[in-house]
Amino acid sequence: MGFKFKSVETKWMEERESVMNELIRLPRRNFVRVAGAAAGAVLAKSLLPPHSFQLIEVVKAASPESPAVNFSIAYVSDTHIYTTKLNDRFVRSALKAVDDVNRLDPQPDFVLFGGDLAQLGKPEELQLGVQILKGLKAPVKMMVGEHDWYLDLGETWKGLFGPPNYSFDHKGVHFVVLNSIIEKDFWTARGMTPEQRMQTVAGLDNGVQSRFEVGEPQRMWMQQDLAKIPHKTPIVVFSHSPLYKYYRPWNFWTEDADEVQTILKPFQTVTVIHGHTHQVLSNRIGNICFHGLLSTAWPWPYAPEGLPKLTVQMSRANPFDMNDGVGNGRIDVLTDGLVNKIYNLWDRNPVSVPASYLKSNGTKNRPAEPTFDSY
Amino acid sequence: MRKFHILLFMPAAVMLAGGPDTPHHEAPDTRNGNVVVELCDGKTSLEVKGLKPGETMNPDQAKDVANQLMLAWQKKNPGMKWDMAADTAKDAKGKIPAPGTESPEKKQFETYGNYTSRDEFIWKQEYDKFVAEGNRIFHDAKAFGGTVGISCDMCHPNAANTHPETYPKYQVQLQRVALLRDMINWCIENPTKGKPLADDDTRLRAMEAYIMSQRKGVPMEPGKH
Repeated sequence: MGFKFKSVETKWMEERESVMNELIRLPRRNFVRVAGAAAGAVLAKSLLPPHSFQLIEVVKAASPESPAVNFSIAYVSDTHIYTTKLNDRFVRSALKAVDDVNRLDPQPDFVLFGGDLAQLGKPEELQLGVQILKGLKAPVKMMVGEHDWYLDLGETWKGLFGPPNYSFDHKGVHFVVLNSIIEKDFWTARGMTPEQRMQTVAGLDNGVQSRFEVGEPQRMWMQQDLAKIPHKTPIVVFSHSPLYKYYRPWNFWTEDADEVQTILKPFQTVTVIHGHTHQVLSNRIGNICFHGLLSTAWPWPYAPEGLPKLTVQMSRANPFDMNDGVGNGRIDVLTDGLVNKIYNLWDRNPVSVPASYLKSNGTKNRPAEPTFDSY
Repeated sequence: MRKFHILLFMPAAVMLAGGPDTPHHEAPDTRNGNVVVELCDGKTSLEVKGLKPGETMNPDQAKDVANQLMLAWQKKNPGMKWDMAADTAKDAKGKIPAPGTESPEKKQFETYGNYTSRDEFIWKQEYDKFVAEGNRIFHDAKAFGGTVGISCDMCHPNAANTHPETYPKYQVQLQRVALLRDMINWCIENPTKGKPLADDDTRLRAMEAYIMSQRKGVPMEPGKH
């Protein structure tokens, strides 16, 4: 027996799916035309709550002040995988993200993995992570998170991926990757086992662990690395923790953020891309624009205080939908070195935080407002 | 007027009705088929002549039983003051705070209102202990029966986004009015793959206490979406 009536949700999902299917078959040069047509069709049918499913690139194409895309980076972050035997949910989510990125056409120049590959830093978890990331077609740049680190203080991770801090140049942009999750020793005095240390760091709200920092040796390395780079060269920094002070009790925080920002100050165009916070998060401090990454595993609530003013929050997640509030995304690096940040929220409209939004201090191209605010 | 210190005496059968973690004492078996009443020291008891299981005492009888029990206790503990709460009342340094200077009897004659700052200290300790237990369970992937390594705090640091002040409310996804505990149990059953806890399960009660404690000062808004 067929259903005579379709719910609003069903219609919406069908519409989204059909548009998606169209897009997959579409060469990029036709994208803008179809996107425009789709938005037009949506408008004509007055289906529009303003943030109903619309194609994000329309905004970009329609905005004359936005420079062209130089190249794209895809990201997958905070997969927090356990061994499959204990819990395969996060493994399945990580695989879903890999599929998502592999479906991008054209393919990104590379994929950033934003840290916290494992949940409890176990060699089995990290090795499983390696196998999953091997599925990516594009090359991968790895970043380390605290969940990868505090069982054996990075031994396994470094064995698999090499040094956690490094730099490289790509199409005129200088990239710096940091290990920003260094903590002062809180475990020896407490006589903790490596497992207890890991479990402590794995929690946000215990107050026992130390605050994250980049640390002096790494800051010196960074200074030396940047000494040879002209100040006009766009800089993109990857760090797991936000390189600013958001909310200390949850370690949404880098203790020596101010010192790191000082090192980046002489450069005209600086972008920091960070993981760890599992939410849509935007900030700008002087010359530095900051963007958070989504987790594939679970979303985190916004902290009760300290949220940057420029952040337009994502809707609070539906706990009944394990794909809500999570996802992966893309970083489009523009010819002027700034970036458009795309949050590909699974089961929701994607959210775009364009460079022009942060550049204009929030006066232009404001991202879509959340449908449901945080409590 | 004689002052009663013993408020907690009850037939042995009732003593077993507590939750799984409630401390209880094993009263000696009855010798003549009468009800055995036990003092809450867990050691002193007496069999009430002529009182069969299921029957109740009249107030005079009950007072008499209480007096007899207290007398027996005092005989066993000459010179001691009856004070069950002494151990729990110790502060961080192991000291027991001095009783308030004003006598509670001068304020009012009702037991409920008869409390001093010392009593409040004890009650706060009890509350804090309960909340701390909830905190522990909330942060332990196994304590509430989860089977996939996921603990509550992984999505809800400091119980954020649990918004207990909005319950009860019509929970659209469940298609009925839900209480906070229904949502706790939903999370236990689904993301953490455990079995829902019974309404009187101490772990559920403690987790509710912890969650509420984290939202202290937030206005109640039951029904809010």
